[in-house]
Amino acid sequence: MADEQTVILDSTGVKRALTRIAHEILERNKGIANLVLVGIRTGGVHLAHELARSLEEIEGVKVPVGAIDITLYRDDIKGHAQHLPVGRTEIPFTLEGQKVVLVDDVLFTGRTIRAAMDALMDHGRATCIQLAVLIDRGHRELPIRADFVGRNVPTSIKENIVVNFDAKDRPTDVVLKK
Amino acid sequence: MNLLIKGGRVIDPSQKIDDTLDILVAGGKVKEIGKGLQAPAGAETIDAKGLIVTPGLIDMHVHLRDPGLEYKEDIVTGTRAAAAGGFTSVACMPNTKPVNDNKAVTSYIIAKAKSEGLVNVFPIGAITYGSNGERMAEMGELKEAGCVAVSDDGKPVVNSELMRRALEYARGMGILLISHAEDLCLVGEGVMNEGFTSTELGLKGIPRVAEDIATARELLLAEYTSSPLHIAHVSTSGSIQLIRDAKARGVKVTCETAPHYFTLTDDAVRGYNTNAKMNPPLREAADVAAVKAGLADGTIDAIATDHAPHHLDEKDVEFNLALNGIVGLETSLPLGLRLVTEGVLTLPALVEKLSYNPAKILSLERGTLKAGAVADITVIDPNKEWTVTEEGLASKSKNSPWLGEKMKGAAAYTIVGGKVVFKR
Amino acid sequence: MGFKHKDIIALKDLTKEEIELLIGTAENMREINSRDIKKVPTLRGKTIINLFYESSTRTRTSFEIAGKRLSADTVNISPSTSSATKGETLSDTALNLLAMKPDIIVMRHAISGSHYFLAKRISCSIINAGDGAHEHPSQGLLDMLTMKDRFGRLDGLKVAIIGDITHSRVARSDIAGLTKLGSHVYLAGPPTMMPPGVERLGNVTVCTTMKEAIQDADVVMMLRIQQERQGKTLMPNAREYSRYFGLTPENLKFAKPDAMVMHPGPINRGVEMSSYVVDGPQSHILKQVENGVAVRMAMLYHVSGGELATE
Repeated sequence: MADEQTVILDSTGVKRALTRIAHEILERNKGIANLVLVGIRTGGVHLAHELARSLEEIEGVKVPVGAIDITLYRDDIKGHAQHLPVGRTEIPFTLEGQKVVLVDDVLFTGRTIRAAMDALMDHGRATCIQLAVLIDRGHRELPIRADFVGRNVPTSIKENIVVNFDAKDRPTDVVLKK
Repeated sequence: MNLLIKGGRVIDPSQKIDDTLDILVAGGKVKEIGKGLQAPAGAETIDAKGLIVTPGLIDMHVHLRDPGLEYKEDIVTGTRAAAAGGFTSVACMPNTKPVNDNKAVTSYIIAKAKSEGLVNVFPIGAITYGSNGERMAEMGELKEAGCVAVSDDGKPVVNSELMRRALEYARGMGILLISHAEDLCLVGEGVMNEGFTSTELGLKGIPRVAEDIATARELLLAEYTSSPLHIAHVSTSGSIQLIRDAKARGVKVTCETAPHYFTLTDDAVRGYNTNAKMNPPLREAADVAAVKAGLADGTIDAIATDHAPHHLDEKDVEFNLALNGIVGLETSLPLGLRLVTEGVLTLPALVEKLSYNPAKILSLERGTLKAGAVADITVIDPNKEWTVTEEGLASKSKNSPWLGEKMKGAAAYTIVGGKVVFKR
Repeated sequence: MGFKHKDIIALKDLTKEEIELLIGTAENMREINSRDIKKVPTLRGKTIINLFYESSTRTRTSFEIAGKRLSADTVNISPSTSSATKGETLSDTALNLLAMKPDIIVMRHAISGSHYFLAKRISCSIINAGDGAHEHPSQGLLDMLTMKDRFGRLDGLKVAIIGDITHSRVARSDIAGLTKLGSHVYLAGPPTMMPPGVERLGNVTVCTTMKEAIQDADVVMMLRIQQERQGKTLMPNAREYSRYFGLTPENLKFAKPDAMVMHPGPINRGVEMSSYVVDGPQSHILKQVENGVAVRMAMLYHVSGGELATE
């Protein structure tokens, strides 16, 4: 079955959205002091690196980037079926006293963000956690809201949104699949 | 009650008969054997066309578990299983509770078999008291009470001096000694044959040489004392070769093997199948081939089942804890017939190993269809196809490695003393 | 690729991909063990029973910690504190435990194949923590993970295993796993400790001398020798064993210069291994123990299964 696809953002669009988010992050946090980015595996990690590049272009300083795998924090593990492979969590810096911007590609039910926040808490007590997403497609099942949104895309529950990356993990486009 | 068995293929090794004949039974004896016999008035007729008629099959090595272990089997269920398997006589080993090491136990077995058993039961007495290998049992009196042989089956007589004297004494009393040949030190804590399979399963192995060494000792002692000897459940190529050589030297030795030793290898243990656990253990393909060769060239005289019923609770446990042994009375005949199909034995040779030879070894006046002989007769349907199931087994215990397996060939009628005791 | 087994009883029963998945998951589990808060909520509400019919400190503790780090409730039962001494059968014990609704039973048992016996009778997951001389899959996996840490791969390695192969479940699991992943195992020990047909278990070469086995080896794995066990008929005594099959700084020189030395523990210092080697620079023995927790977390995680709803 060939999915019907609509391009929502092309690579320029993604770049513009991320640049805007970078500015918003700087504005909100009054600079990059004590700021770290943590991407959610796998798309969120790539986008966190993009954001770090944008921040560096603007401020001239590298912001630390971590990666978090939320598989072990999911709330939907049940039965004797197969289990997803566990990805690697790499946060090579302390979260104590840091402002953490959690980065994901698509915000949907909010359950992934809930799991990611629980995982972050287990890594240390951050000063605050903010959420940046490229796409917010609605249909929240938990009281979670993003601080920085690239694009709000109203979707039906059956549709799917995919952020595509190239071989170098750079975002190429965002498509809506029906 | 007269009986005419008409038109079957009669095989009687004692008279070298293999022909389509009729057999007339009267007064519990074979009255006449020949062509075109007429049924006397009131005689029952069995149409044996397409069937095989043989002297009643004799299993010279079974465990009836009676007295004392009736939760596994008793004389009634054991002889019912025998009849269903086509056996008209069984010889039962003495490892009951108490051990059949005195005439009281022997008399009990004989009396109960006579009153409640379906087939003839010939007790085998113990070589030593309690079969504990320390002091000779009263072999003379055991024989007088009706024992047809002595054996400490299940255990070897460890003390070579005692074994030597037992062989000599048994010869003097005119009773056959049956050896369970096994070197217990070499067996150690082994639970299956030692080989690649035991290595892979991580189970302690029993080396073949444990049987070979013990067999060699028994043969040398029998030779030295000029005593007759029968070796039970031969399973290794080594022991078969030793027996072959001893027979060539003129040692008065006979031996038996069991259907599982010419049918299964230790591969059957895979999955930690406790119904493939027995002693001696299932060996490897080369041994199975040697057993077949030994049957074919006459080194192995008899096929006996070592029918060893065990309760589910004794088999449905971790492998090391499971007791040794399998039931065999009801599967022996079809497994024997496989040897005929495979060309290992001719049908008359199979009948020899299942009837004529065991009778000769135990000095029973059976295993023949000569006029005047006791009318123990087995009528075999060689083409009957059936599946081994727990429900189908007449034995009280169901510990068979062939559960679920298809068999070809079965007893159609089992006739003991002229009376049909089993009819399929 | 997922893990489809309810139980983990033997590495022999797993595919190369399944073994790689377990090792891969274990690698990623290690991050949890290095944190301040060494706990994830994955198996919250699951009950794990550690049923140990044979004594064990390392394996039992390691499984217990693994379960706790995944937030499962773990209960330890050992024969001295259970009804095993009252003559209850394994089957009955297990059925009674099952009635208390555990999700996973981790069992060690002296009889080979006991786990298969149990798996046929009970519905919860079963993990083998060692059965007789059959297998010890968690040890096999942690050995391989430790080798992978050192070499970055598990194919093409020359692994020497020295000692009582006949009675070693560790050797069988290592042979099964390493063979599936493409390494070659060289065995040495007195012939009294070499089971028949062992070379057919996988990529296995049986050597006549220890030197032959460890020559150019990437890994030298020493097995435990116990006077109580092998002392009766398999060797004259520990002293002579140590002379011909003990690992010393001198004979370790036959292996590759950077060869790693391993031991499943507990070690008999001065018997199968000289203390100079145990505590020496090539020893990875404590690394094995460390990896043990991560490997057992991976095993618990994968058998407890998870249908992941798609987000």
